[in-house]
Amino acid sequence: MDKKIERIPQRDGYGKGLLELCKENDKIMVLDADVSASTRTAWVAKEYPDKFMNVGISEQDLVGEAAGLALGGMIPFVSTYGVFLSGRAWDQIRTTVCYNNLNVKFGGAHAGISVGPDGATHQALEDMAIMRVLPNMTVIAPCDCVETKKAVIAAAATEGPVYIRFGREAVPVVTDDDTPFELGKARLVRDGKDVAIIACGAMVYEAEVAAEQLAKEGIDARVVDMHTIKPLDGECISACVRDCGVIVTAEEHQMAGGLGGAVSEYLALNCPAPVEMVGVNDRFGQSGQPDELMSAYGLTSKEIAEAARKVITRK
Amino acid sequence: MDNKLNLAEICKDVRRDIVTMISKAGSGHPGGSLSSVEIMVTLYYKVMHVDAKNPHDPKRDRFILSKGHVAPALYSVLARKGYFDMAALGTLRQFGSILQGHPHMSSTPGLDCSGGSLGQGLSIASGLAMAAKKQGLNYRTYCLMGDGEIQEGQIWEAAMTAAHFKLDNLCAILDLNGVQLDGPTAEIMNVEPAADKFRAFNWNVIEVDGHNLDELAAAFECAAQHKGAPTVIVAKCVKGKGVSYMENTCAWHGAAPNAEQLAQALAEIK
Repeated sequence: MDKKIERIPQRDGYGKGLLELCKENDKIMVLDADVSASTRTAWVAKEYPDKFMNVGISEQDLVGEAAGLALGGMIPFVSTYGVFLSGRAWDQIRTTVCYNNLNVKFGGAHAGISVGPDGATHQALEDMAIMRVLPNMTVIAPCDCVETKKAVIAAAATEGPVYIRFGREAVPVVTDDDTPFELGKARLVRDGKDVAIIACGAMVYEAEVAAEQLAKEGIDARVVDMHTIKPLDGECISACVRDCGVIVTAEEHQMAGGLGGAVSEYLALNCPAPVEMVGVNDRFGQSGQPDELMSAYGLTSKEIAEAARKVITRK
Repeated sequence: MDNKLNLAEICKDVRRDIVTMISKAGSGHPGGSLSSVEIMVTLYYKVMHVDAKNPHDPKRDRFILSKGHVAPALYSVLARKGYFDMAALGTLRQFGSILQGHPHMSSTPGLDCSGGSLGQGLSIASGLAMAAKKQGLNYRTYCLMGDGEIQEGQIWEAAMTAAHFKLDNLCAILDLNGVQLDGPTAEIMNVEPAADKFRAFNWNVIEVDGHNLDELAAAFECAAQHKGAPTVIVAKCVKGKGVSYMENTCAWHGAAPNAEQLAQALAEIK
C-alpha cells in the first residue's frame, strides 16, 4: 500500500456529514453531551447554532430529549462517545427509541482502542454488540472519514434508529466521493478466491495491507468492507464462502458480539465455514499511543495475514 | 373543550374501569392509577387540545405518561374519549391486546409515547417541547411523573435541561402520593421537599390538591400563562384514592383485587 496515503480522523467525516445535512434539511437537530469539540458537532454549533443543543454531561437525558424531538417530527443526531452512549443510555435507547422505532440517529465517537491515551474508560469496545441486539436498530461501522460522511447522509435518509461508530485517530482514507455506499450492502474492496477477509472500520485498510502481503506469498485474498453490521449483508457472506471457502473477520471491537459474532451467526445458520477472528480478545483497553495499542492488542495487518494463513489450513 | 361534562362523574367511571380491568387482568397497578385519575381527566377533558379522530395531528397537545405502570387510568380515559372501543379495556395485559401492561405507543391509539422504564418521560416531554419551539408550533406538552419515580437521576437531568432552555410550553405534573412499591416514600428514599427541589432547578412550581378538579384546572391555566420557565404542578394525592382498603398503602401498588374485593371497590366508588 502507498505509505503516503492520506490520514484523516473519521470524526471529521461525521462533522462534515452533519454540516451538509443541516444545510439541506430543516428537520435536523444535532445534540451533544459536552464533548462537541471531540465529536465535531462544535462545527454545527458554530455554523447552525439553532440546530444544535448541548445538554451537558447527561447521556440519559440526551437520548430522551432526542426521542422527544423525533416524536415532534424532527431528525435528531445524538452525539457523544460510543462507550457512554451505548453504556449509560442503553435503556433509553432500547425502551424509548428502539421499542418505538423512533427516528433517532446516534453518533458513537471514540470507537475502538485507537482512542489512545485516555485509556479503557473512553474506548468503546462493546458498542456494536450491545447496539446490534436491539430490534429496529441499524448499526454502521464505516471504514474512513469519507464513508463516515456517507453513513451520516444515509442515516438521515433512513427511517428509524441508526447507530454509527467512528474513531478518534487520523486513519487512512481508502474511499473517495465516488466510491459506492449503500446501507446494508457490503463493498467489495479487492477480489480473491483463497480466503475472504471481512472487515469494518479502520481495519478495512489493515485488511488491504494484509491482502497485499498475502499476494506476495501466493495467497489470493478477497477483502470486504462490511460497513453495515446490521442489517448484515448475508448474500455477500454466502458468496465469500462459495468463492473462497474460509473467512477472516477483522474489527476494532471485542471479538464477542461484534462483526465476528454477527458473521459467525450468519455462517452457522446458513453456510457453515471455518472462521478466524481478529479483534480484542475479552480484554479491556489501556492508555498508550494508538499505533502501539493496535499492535499490542493484535489489531494490525500482521495478525490479519496470520489469521488468513491459519484459516486456510482449516479448509 | 367539554366544559359541560361532569368531570367528577367521569372520574368515578374511570375509577370503576381501573379496578375492573385490573381485577380481570389478574395483575396491574391500581394504587397509582387511582391517585392520578383527576389529573388525567382534567387534562383530557378540559385542558388539552386533542381530537380522537385525528390522533396524529402534529399540532395536538401531547401527554407523556412517565409513570407508565398507571396505564389503566390512561387507557380508560382514552377509551372514554373515543380513541378506541371501550371493549378493549377488558383485554388489558392479555396476549394480543392493544393494551399492554405498560404503555406501548404502537399498540394503543392515542398514546403519545411508550413508558414503563421509570425516569424517562420528562426528557421525552422536554424534547417534544423543544421540537415545538424549533418548528414554531403552539402545542403544549404535559408529563405525569410519580413521586417514587423522581428518585431516578434522569428526572433531574431533564429538569436542568427544560429550565436551561426555558421550555415554558412544558408542564410536568408530580403525583405526590407518598407511597412507592416497597413502602412509604419517606422511608424508602425521601424525595421531600419535592416542590423546593424543582424551585431550586428554576422551575415554576404550583402546589395543588391532586383530587380537586377546580384547583387542577386553575393550575393548568396558570402554567399556560407562565413564560420563561417550565411549570411543575406538585399534586398532593392519595394512593389508591376512592377505594378504602387501597388508600395509602403499598400493598395495592401492584396487586389485583379478587371478585369480592372488586365488588367492595365498585360499591365504594359511588
